[in-house]
This record gives sequence, C-alpha cells and structure tokens, in this order.
Amino acid sequence: MLRFVVRRLALLVPILVGLSILLFLWVRALPGGPAEALLGERATPEAVERVQRLYGLDRPWYEQYLRWVGNVLRGDLGVSTRTQHPVLEELLRTFPATVELALTAMIFAVGVGVPLGYFAARRHGTWLDHASVAGSLFGITIPVFFLGYMLKFAFAEKLGILPTAGRQDPLMDAEHPTGFYVLDGLVTGNPEAALDALAHLILPGIALGTIPLAIVVRITRASVLDVLHEDYVRTAEAKGLRPATIRGRHVLRNALLPVVTIVGLQVGLLLGGAVLTETVFAFPGFGKFMADSITARDYAVLQGFILFTAVIFVLVNLLVDIAYGLIDPRVRTA
Amino acid sequence: MSLSQAETVAVAPEETGGSLGRDAWRRLRRNPVAIAGALLVTLFVVVALLAPWLAPYPPDKPVGQVTPVSIPGPSAEHWFGLDDLGRDEFTRVLWGARWSLVIGVVSLLLGMAGGLLLGLLAGAFGGWVDGVVMRVVDMMLSVPGLLFAIGVAAMLGSGLDAVMIAIAVVNMPIFARLLRGQMLAQRRSDYVLAATSVGVRRRRIVLGHILPNSLTPVIVQGTLTLATAIVDAAGLAFLGLSSNDPSIPEWGRMLADTQRYLSSAPLLAVFPGLAIVIAALGFTLLGESLREALDPKYRR
Repeated sequence: MLRFVVRRLALLVPILVGLSILLFLWVRALPGGPAEALLGERATPEAVERVQRLYGLDRPWYEQYLRWVGNVLRGDLGVSTRTQHPVLEELLRTFPATVELALTAMIFAVGVGVPLGYFAARRHGTWLDHASVAGSLFGITIPVFFLGYMLKFAFAEKLGILPTAGRQDPLMDAEHPTGFYVLDGLVTGNPEAALDALAHLILPGIALGTIPLAIVVRITRASVLDVLHEDYVRTAEAKGLRPATIRGRHVLRNALLPVVTIVGLQVGLLLGGAVLTETVFAFPGFGKFMADSITARDYAVLQGFILFTAVIFVLVNLLVDIAYGLIDPRVRTA
Repeated sequence: MSLSQAETVAVAPEETGGSLGRDAWRRLRRNPVAIAGALLVTLFVVVALLAPWLAPYPPDKPVGQVTPVSIPGPSAEHWFGLDDLGRDEFTRVLWGARWSLVIGVVSLLLGMAGGLLLGLLAGAFGGWVDGVVMRVVDMMLSVPGLLFAIGVAAMLGSGLDAVMIAIAVVNMPIFARLLRGQMLAQRRSDYVLAATSVGVRRRRIVLGHILPNSLTPVIVQGTLTLATAIVDAAGLAFLGLSSNDPSIPEWGRMLADTQRYLSSAPLLAVFPGLAIVIAALGFTLLGESLREALDPKYRR
C-alpha cells in the first residue's frame, strides 16, 4: 500500500512541474506582457521598469521561472492589482466559503443521488427508473447560472423563504474565527448565526450540486444494475441470506466503488462551477473573487488561483485513488 | 466468458443482420430518446441557419420604449417581450442560436482535430512519444475545465475567437485520451494480427485499419461535447469573456445582462436559459442514444 501511494505521488511531480511552467509562460504570453499584467493597464513606464527589475524580467526565462517557483513554494503568489493585497491572503480569505459551498453541493448530490440511483436500479424499467434517467440527462445539461437564477427567483424573491445573496445576514452579530461560517456559529455558541449561514448555503448548494447529482444518479444506477447480476449476489441469494443483508453487504458496498471515484472527479467541476454559482448568488468565495478578477484583468490572482485549484484537484484525486486502493485491493497492483 | 457475454453472443445473429451502421440506424429510429434528441437538434440548427429570415426585428436596435422599472413582457408584436434596452427578445434568442451553433461547432472541430492528432501520435508510435503526449494530456486535465477555459480566454484577450479557442483547448485532452485508448485496444485485436502476419505495412495498418475502427466512440463523444461546448461558451459569455459587440446576441451574455432585472422581468432570463437547455439537451440525448446504438455495452 505504501508503495502504491509513493508511486502515485511521484507521478504528480511531472504534472505539477509542467503545469507551473505553463502558468508561468501564460502570464508572459498575456497582452501587454507580465509587467503590465501584474500592474494593470494604466501602469506608468517607470512602474513597469521598476517591476521589470524587481522580478528580474531582463534575465533569461529559465532563471525567471526558477525564481518564480521559489517564490510560489514560499507562498508568495504576487499581489492582486485590484485589491493591492497579496494573492495568498485573498486565497486564504475566500477559500473557506467555497469549501463550505462545495461540501453542501456534494452532500446534496450524494445524499439524494445515491438513494435515487439505487432505487432506480432496483425498480429497473419502471417509471421511477425512467424518470431518474430523464431527470439526470436534464440535470447534466442545465447551465449552473440559469438554474441559480431560477432558484433565486422562485425561493428568494417570490416566496422569500431563503436569502438571495451573501453568506450571512449583514445585520447579524456574528464572529468568524475560522472563516467557515456554519462552524463559526457553532464554536462561538451562536446557533442562530450557524442556521443563518446554513440558510445562505441552500440555494447555491443546490445550483452547484445539480450536475454532480445527475452524474451520481447515473453512475449509482449503472453500478447497482451491474452488481445485481453478479454471481456472488446469486450465491448469497442461494445461501438464503436475508434480502436486507444481501442489499447492504453485497450489492450496495460493491456498487459504491465507482461512485467514490466519481465523487473525487466532481471536485474539479465544483471548483469551476463555483465561479458561476458564486457570481449568481453574490457569494463572497473563491469563485466570485476569481470572476471579479477576470473583469479587472487581475492576472496575478488568476495565475495563483488556477495553480492552487490544480494542486487541490490533483491531491483530491490522489486521495480518491488511495481510498479506492484501501477499499479494493485489486487497484493497488494495477 | 461470463454469462452476460454469452447472452450477447447468442442473441447477436438475429439482432444484427447487416453492417454496424445499418444496425445502429435501425436502433436509433426505434429509440424515442433518439427521436426527441434529433427533433431538438433539428429545431436548434434550423433556427440557427434561418435566424436572419425568421427574426421579425433587427437584433441590435431598440424597437420599443423601455425604462428600468417597466420592461414590457410578451405581447402579440413582441412574443418574448423587450429586453432592458428595448430590443426584441425573441429576435435576440433566435440570433443567439446562430452564434451558439457557430461557437459550438468551430470549437468542437478545432478541439477534435487537435486531440485526435495527439491521440494518433500517442497511439500509433507508442514508446516515449506516447509517454510525453500522455503526460501533457494529464497536465491539461489537472486544471478543472471551466477554469482552464477562463485562463486561455483571458490570455487571448476575450472575444468570440478567444472563447472558441479556449473551449477547443479544453476539449483536446479528452479526444486525445479517447483515441489513444481505442487504438491501443484495436492494436491487440485479431484483425491487426492477421494484417501484420500477411505483411501489411505498419502505416497502412494504423491509418487504414486501426484508425477507422477507433472512430465510433469519437463520434459519440463529439456529439456529447457539442452540448458541453454550448453550455461552457454560455458560461464564459456570462462571465464577460466573450465578445461585447451588441450586434452579437449570445445567450450567456443575455442572461448576465438581465441579472439586475430578475425580480421585475424574470422572463428575460428564462428565454435564453431555456434556449441553452434545448440546444444542450438535444445533443446530449442524441449522443447518449448514439452511444447505446453503437456500443452493445450500454444497451440496457
């Protein structure tokens, strides 16, 4: 098992090195060059020259690259031209919100998707099955921002039962020691704030979780259908095990293996979708910050955030691989 | 051989009777999902092609009086009402189909061409070429699609070209991986062994035998990718990365522009949103049923 983990980690190195070179060259390929990209379009020639010298832009590119990697490894991702704060600081400030949102979306997707997929497979060919297949096809195609609008209009503006925007009622007296607002409400002994933060998560969570939900339904359904026809299930039935035991111990446990992989792959989708969802709901997370940085052409932020997302994405997939190896011994040697 | 495989083999003779293409066509015609998909796609394509003739008004000029507090809704003259600048919403949704189709098809073809070239290189040569190409593909797949597209589009300075290239680049690794996997599988097949043993040249085997036999899943993936390309293009436009030319009505930007009027004129968001869903759903349904028709594994 340890060898498996080490080998997977070693495979990550060339990917991350390649990606960092790509992102490094990306800023150099931007219209106006890196100095203007870092300073903004209205930079004076003196400022450009100062930055050129400061960042050693007159040196050969590989030297510049090594210097940049050194800075990144020390946590220096540059400074946002829009807010004038270090990119890392902005990242750490906004990321907890997105983690909260992505978790809500994933809980929604798995919590609804696995049972739905399971029952669709058990009732294969019935209306429930057909409806879940049709619904999941629909769910995959509906754009996140359109769904977000519709949810916001129906539940927040018309019915008025859920908040339209933000993470917390601004009038509420709440402290935020961790940056995870629901958790903050609980640790500061303010259950009202926790509930309020939770209410702010529901609509964006559903909007962001719908595509993963559709995917989880499909995978669970297909996987349960596969497992139901396995020899070991028939053996278990022939042995006279109770149906509940067969379902829990044999069918569900084996059928959930592919679901684990899929859940890991959704992390990328969630982080990308967060840019759109957070824009719709004015949810002050990593995605909203990134969307605002696009409009402001704040390239230092885009570079740092994309690199960070890629690292997270790759690490989560590594964790999924490891989890998979723990559940299914066959994977370890493959 | 497991039981399910044995069943497929036993059932096969009476079900096929003809080429794979003819068999697939018969299955498609009998599948209601395929029919629904084909109808939606036809609607979308016809509207896209005929938009200038179908549209009752010019797409970029105000045709009625509006103020931010009173945006007229649907009426006999303006089926979908007017937008926030007094332009005919119906006309703009029709024209949006045209841009959506152009962006979708161009980005798909570009991405497919690039991806297939990479996949062909990796699959045909193997060895270190394969190693290098696949590491590049892994790298590209390590950035979530939409964020990758945002990066590429921002680098190209936004606009229609930028969006098309960005979506193409994001789709390239998918096609590369698909074609390579297919070619590796085909390389071990009996007919390749047969061709090799009678002395057919390597180049001829790759281009004449392996490549055509590997293309089926590429066609399926292409249809499905067209759906995601349309949705992704709308997403990039929503974020302001597409053209800001008012004579180019794009569904994604129309949605973004109506954000402020969501409570007073929600239909302005509904029409372009539904248009995106119709286009994307059409290609998804068609792609899924194509996959079922062409690949026995997915028949269920």
